[in-house]
Amino acid sequence: MCPQQLTTKERFAIPRQEMPAQNPEVRNKNFKEVNLGYTQELAQKEALRCIQCKDPSCIKGCPVNIKIDQFIKYIADGDFLGAARKIKEDNVLPAICGRVCPQEDQCEKACILTKKYTSVAIGNLERFAADYERETGNVELPAVQAPTGKKVAVIGSGPAGLSCANDLIQLGHSVTVFEALHELGGVLVYGIPEFRLPKEIVKQEIEGLKQLGVKFITNVLAGRTVTVDELLKEEDFDAVFIGVGAGLPWFLGIPGENLLGVYSANEFLTRVNLMKSYQFPNNDTPVFNCKGKNVAVFGGGNTAMDAVRTAKRLGAEHAYIVYRRSETEMPARLEEVHHAKEEGIEFLMLMNPLEFVGDEQQWLTGAKCLRMELGEPDDSGRRRPVPIKDSEFILPIDMAVISIGNGSNPLIKQTTPDIEVSKRDTIVVDLNTMATSKEDVYAGGDIVTGGATVILAMGAGRTAAKAIHEKLLGIINT
Amino acid sequence: MHKIVSTIFLAENIKKIEIEAPRIAKKRKAGQFIMLRVGQTGERVPLTIADADPENGTITVIVQGMGKSTKELNTKEAGDTISDIVGPLGAPSHIENFGTAVSIGGGVGTAIAYPTAVALKKAGNYVITINGARSKELVILEKEMKAVSDEAFITTDDGSYGFHGFVTQKLQELIDSGTKIDFVLAIGPIPMMRAIAEVTRPYNIKTMVSLNPIMVDGTGMCGGCRVTVNNETKFACVDGPEFDAHQVDFKTLTDRNKLYLPEEKQSTDAFAHKCNLQ
Ligand SMILES: Cc1cc2nc3c(=O)[nH]c(=O)nc-3n(C[C@H](O)[C@H](O)[C@H](O)COP(=O)(O)OP(=O)(O)OC[C@H]3O[C@@H](n4cnc5c(N)ncnc54)[C@H](O)[C@@H]3O)c2cc1C
Ligand SMILES: Cc1cc2nc3c(=O)[nH]c(=O)nc-3n(C[C@H](O)[C@H](O)[C@H](O)COP(=O)(O)OP(=O)(O)OC[C@H]3O[C@@H](n4cnc5c(N)ncnc54)[C@H](O)[C@@H]3O)c2cc1C
Ligand code: SF4
Ligand code: SF4
Ligand code: FES
Repeated sequence: MCPQQLTTKERFAIPRQEMPAQNPEVRNKNFKEVNLGYTQELAQKEALRCIQCKDPSCIKGCPVNIKIDQFIKYIADGDFLGAARKIKEDNVLPAICGRVCPQEDQCEKACILTKKYTSVAIGNLERFAADYERETGNVELPAVQAPTGKKVAVIGSGPAGLSCANDLIQLGHSVTVFEALHELGGVLVYGIPEFRLPKEIVKQEIEGLKQLGVKFITNVLAGRTVTVDELLKEEDFDAVFIGVGAGLPWFLGIPGENLLGVYSANEFLTRVNLMKSYQFPNNDTPVFNCKGKNVAVFGGGNTAMDAVRTAKRLGAEHAYIVYRRSETEMPARLEEVHHAKEEGIEFLMLMNPLEFVGDEQQWLTGAKCLRMELGEPDDSGRRRPVPIKDSEFILPIDMAVISIGNGSNPLIKQTTPDIEVSKRDTIVVDLNTMATSKEDVYAGGDIVTGGATVILAMGAGRTAAKAIHEKLLGIINT
Repeated sequence: MHKIVSTIFLAENIKKIEIEAPRIAKKRKAGQFIMLRVGQTGERVPLTIADADPENGTITVIVQGMGKSTKELNTKEAGDTISDIVGPLGAPSHIENFGTAVSIGGGVGTAIAYPTAVALKKAGNYVITINGARSKELVILEKEMKAVSDEAFITTDDGSYGFHGFVTQKLQELIDSGTKIDFVLAIGPIPMMRAIAEVTRPYNIKTMVSLNPIMVDGTGMCGGCRVTVNNETKFACVDGPEFDAHQVDFKTLTDRNKLYLPEEKQSTDAFAHKCNLQ
């Protein structure tokens, strides 16, 4: 099939190629990746669906403006490495973004085909190209410019910090990343589970950065181990980028939240992903034993989906999503909702928890919930849920996971008072440069936006890197 | 990797371990702790920094072997290494010249109270220390405590050494005898801290306790260490670990620390079994 010979009509006739996946009944008992990835044939067929728009609207839907039409053409032509290189001009972590971006709200939503047909599977293709490059051992290290003699400290090794470090090292600056935890990658390693994003991929991306010369120091909690001022004054860094992510999980603030068996999603996922408690007792960190138990996750975002699917894999008999609005309002990626349902997750929509109840020993036994119905739209345009009178009932559960978002970790604010923060404790920046109110200090990612997405955090890291580079160059030139 | 410089048993099952950690040694203040992972499959274990030597870049922890992680740590000798150490964590103790300050330690809590007692002395307080143990063999840091105290008392539950009775009784005795006490710091098992809070409450003596909820990250990210203080949720690893004893909900803390009893027993037994085989 030669792409040049296909008419637009013929392209429209190709159905969207399904992503091959592990069988739901098998995968809901293991932690291996759910999606298996396109084969070369599937990828090329999917790539042929792209009509190569003159003014591709998809690009505007991507926060980092990947040249989507161009990389897809490479795939259609069978030049998969060419595709990977084209993507990497704009996105340093394509294997990750192809897997976790909310495509249906970004690039794919903007694809011209979305209106009449189904969009081109841009995320799946991006993932395919990146995996092909990595799996065939063809990742080429980019050229690094001559050393500038300037030193930059990056605080936090999530997507924001990693992308900032990547750009700065290529521009010839010396870069040191300080990470609070004992492992690198931020939410990519402690939050998003293995079955959605294999840790080996994150590890290889970080390995690449090490080869470029980025220094990584784990177990450094900025604000406590070293302050931003000390980095600038005592350790002679010329600039600091803060990418510390969100922090401090929110709780519901209802009675019974301290009963045994009530977790925040961060704690549950950290125990399982970072501390590998699913391998207890071979790993020392325990986690609630879900086997044969009923588990409810309160929330409707990606984090909630990850938590509930993790509980199912740990052997939960019933694993529920309890959400106060309806399914259409759930912020989670469509694919995750779809996968969760296939795996046997039970969705309890329009339901609001009022109280957790427990036994004499303080173990959780249930959640008192209230049923809701949809009322008038609120400020956000979403229809506001309103309680149905006398609809209270007790949902019997042994474990609850609260997944309603995070506030900001106040450590940096407390120890660096001259960095301006908002009322919600997020760091205030100039969005064009990511510069904070403090000279030579930049910030980006969830610590600026509140909980957002991998691609936005990455984009912020890159914007900051560019601004830091220009500032440092200015210093060099004078 | 952090090298262990020296170790010594202070009492049965309680070991003092000096470890290389230059950044932490430089920064730490009284009341702060570290989290360490003994090896690659280890838990993150919170331990108070008992002492530090910024010149040599070392910190000292005093560890009671409770379960698998602390028992495994206590098998380590000088020259061995520890995978990960992060710190100093937590807010430093609030130190000022209160007047007369009483530092109370129960069991390994004596080690946790020690650095703060030193700081209280430095700040000009008249320092009284009361350190309790079950019996004479379990008394730790007697010499060190004496050196920072204007008055130092030891209590033992069985009367084998010092005052026969609990630390609460000794404190009550001091109050009854007319000693004017301005500040109390109490660190030890939860029932002890709870009892001290009840001793000082009627006299309105400012009393701080150091709480030990189960922790995971120690950086304020997971919320597992939440404690209820003055009816509000606080995260002990960033807001604490020291809190106003009269406002702490000790019952919830006691209950929450039981969360992993079966798992703790499972790994402790497995570890003991492995040690016996060797
Ligand atoms: C469970 C879960 C699932 C998600 N799923 C998706 C998804 O499918 N798609 C998507 O696009 N987004 C998803 N997100 C959101 C996305 O992961 C985040 O928006 C993104 O990771 C933010 O990147 P960041 O670099 O700002 O921060 P983080 O990834 O949070 O990284 C911050 C790093 O800084 C470290 N740190 C914190 N404080 C300090 C300090 N004081 N000193 C040193 N280091 C510090 C942290 O330990 C961490 O490693 C998910 C989030 C979670 C929690
Ligand atoms: C801020 C802080 C500072 C600490 N400082 C010290 C110190 O300086 N020296 C020291 O010896 N210990 C200290 N601890 C307690 C120490 O962290 C625990 O004893 C240890 O985590 C137990 O782990 P394990 O695997 O050995 O035992 P596990 O098998 O986990 O537990 C064994 C027994 O210890 C109890 N336990 C479990 N976790 C804790 C905990 N966090 N606190 C108290 N008891 C617990 C369990 O209920 C169980 O009965 C501190 C704890 C905190 C939170
Ligand atoms: S980075 Fe995300 S938004 Fe951009 S093209 Fe890739 S999947 Fe789409
Ligand atoms: S909008 Fe859709 S069809 Fe057009 S170039 Fe982009 S991916 Fe191809
Ligand atoms: S230990 Fe995780 S927030 Fe305190």
